[in-house]
Amino acid sequence: MSKPDQVLTANRLRDGEVVYWKAGSWVEHLEEAEVFSDGTAATAALKAADKAIQDRIVVNPYLFEVRREAHALRPVKEREVIRAAGPTVRPDLGKQSSEAFDVSL
Amino acid sequence: MYRYDEFDARFVAERVEQFRYQVERRLSGELTEDEFKPLRLLNGLYLQLHAYMLRIAVPYGTLSPKQLRMLAHIARKYDKGYGHFTTRQNIQFNWIKLVDVPDTLADLATVEMHAIQTSGNCIRNVTADHFAGAARDEIEDPRILAEIVRQWSSLHPEFTYLPRKFKIAVSGSEHDRAAVKFHDVGIEIIRNDKGETGYRVYAGGGMGRTPYIGHVVGDFVEKRDILAFLEAVMRVYNQSGRRDNIYKARIKILVNALGAEEMRRQVMREFDEIKAAGTLAVPSAELDNIARYFAPPAFEALGDNAPEYDAARASSAAFRAWSDTNLTPHRAPGYAIATISLKPIGGVPGDATHEQLDALADLLDEFGMGELRVSHEQNLVLPHVRKKDLPAIFAKLEALGLATPNAGLVTDIIACPGLDYCDLANARSIPIAQRISERFQDLARQHDIGELKIKISGCINACGHHHAGHIGVLGVDKKGVEYYQLQLGGSGAEDASIGEILGPAFGEHEIVDAVERVVDVYLEQRSGSERFLDTVRRLGIEPFKERAYAGWAFHI
Repeated sequence: MSKPDQVLTANRLRDGEVVYWKAGSWVEHLEEAEVFSDGTAATAALKAADKAIQDRIVVNPYLFEVRREAHALRPVKEREVIRAAGPTVRPDLGKQSSEAFDVSL
Repeated sequence: MYRYDEFDARFVAERVEQFRYQVERRLSGELTEDEFKPLRLLNGLYLQLHAYMLRIAVPYGTLSPKQLRMLAHIARKYDKGYGHFTTRQNIQFNWIKLVDVPDTLADLATVEMHAIQTSGNCIRNVTADHFAGAARDEIEDPRILAEIVRQWSSLHPEFTYLPRKFKIAVSGSEHDRAAVKFHDVGIEIIRNDKGETGYRVYAGGGMGRTPYIGHVVGDFVEKRDILAFLEAVMRVYNQSGRRDNIYKARIKILVNALGAEEMRRQVMREFDEIKAAGTLAVPSAELDNIARYFAPPAFEALGDNAPEYDAARASSAAFRAWSDTNLTPHRAPGYAIATISLKPIGGVPGDATHEQLDALADLLDEFGMGELRVSHEQNLVLPHVRKKDLPAIFAKLEALGLATPNAGLVTDIIACPGLDYCDLANARSIPIAQRISERFQDLARQHDIGELKIKISGCINACGHHHAGHIGVLGVDKKGVEYYQLQLGGSGAEDASIGEILGPAFGEHEIVDAVERVVDVYLEQRSGSERFLDTVRRLGIEPFKERAYAGWAFHI
């Protein structure tokens, strides 16, 4: 199996919302996120996120692994699947409840 | 109920404004996250998986109608319409925005509530028996001491930076409903041969990755000396507790490294010194003052027989089922203690909606009940109910979805928030609780099984008290996939014991079957009126293990 791709995530400072890195800015849904297949680019993005910390946009940025499944993107770890969607016990809450949420994830 | 005095009111108000300023400084960049994090934790604010989480203290689990309405308001205005009652008698809101926290805390302060010391390495919210002031077997209301301890430990400058968090629980009855032996310090109110009441003090109990049952460090501490004694325990811990390794920093590690005898010796040395200075003696006038806040309501002179209650039991199977399990005898004739289960079949243990919180406040007012309790088993309790009112109260609870007749039964499951919400979790807890609850939903079967406490944690930190479960379930992570360890034979009551791990962990889709197989062994092998726990203790875990893993390929 090939090495998984990576996505950069963080929580927004003001409200704690889970956000993902996309070309220098932050988006709220995983399917919009920038996917790094190159480890060096991923690390560079993580380094670049320092500025977002200094600018008080986000806290605690880190990289996590994803795999492309059919036409969707799926985090390797259950923790990131749940962060990307919301509590599995409350499908009416979190990102999964928004119209923008792509159920194919 | 306890009412804030001028000191309480001032320090809570000052803390709200202080935190407002700290949030402003964080948002303006004056404070970095590293600087801000310990400050927000001092105010019960965590950053969890999806958002910030605010943990609000409910001292000794007692809430007034006004406070319930405020919690409903917070759920509506600042959260997503619900709150989650925890195993520490607190309530958590899962979707709080950082920018809203100062206003939330200001709103809370108007009903004498706060989130101070619900996190961080300090003495946390003091917990107590949820049947306090109502239980028949009670020697003295444990909330009086819990309130004294709260006042002593709140913002105590010497104990603000302990090696690790510190939890104190108080029980006033022989039957321990506060799990005192699993706390850093547990206090049991006892009566000596002369008929005087005093305190037996345990230290070094705890769950987490290294579970221990507390050791007695004070056999009979006199009432006036209790703060001196607690301060002595804290000083030994503060001085000698490990600060180099977070996993070895709790007092349980210190007590077990020193040995119970040496711990007692060190505590007594400090105690003698503090006592001689005399500064921490609790004045009896102050003790009486605080006791007055917890004076029981003026009970009506009622006979123990209530025709309305008897008629409802005769005519309604639903009421009969509920009253069989959710009522506990009260000390006053004609009264009962009613447990409101927050464990609907297939529901989320401990969750309550803003509508339910508001309606419960109305219920308290309508029936002249001044307070509600939160139990460490994630249920609510009406401590003083006239038996004749029970049919009407039951009807209202039923309409609110709060009349599940399962207190103490197999579906009355404790579960931590787990990986659905918690940043520390390795696996989900709530869905496992839901599936077990659905599997055992048949009421006749639940009654046949009898008392059975299932407790589920989503990580080794054991917020779901799995070590103390008759059946404990611990979620673990194996390469990003959830697995569940099963353990048997734990108890958080006066017969405290730590559960024994059965064997390799089960997969998400195997664990409920495994629990059911273990329960089947009990049903087949129990003797007389033995509870599940008694049968496990008598037989040991082997027969349960054999069945749980029957025909099963090990995952090791």
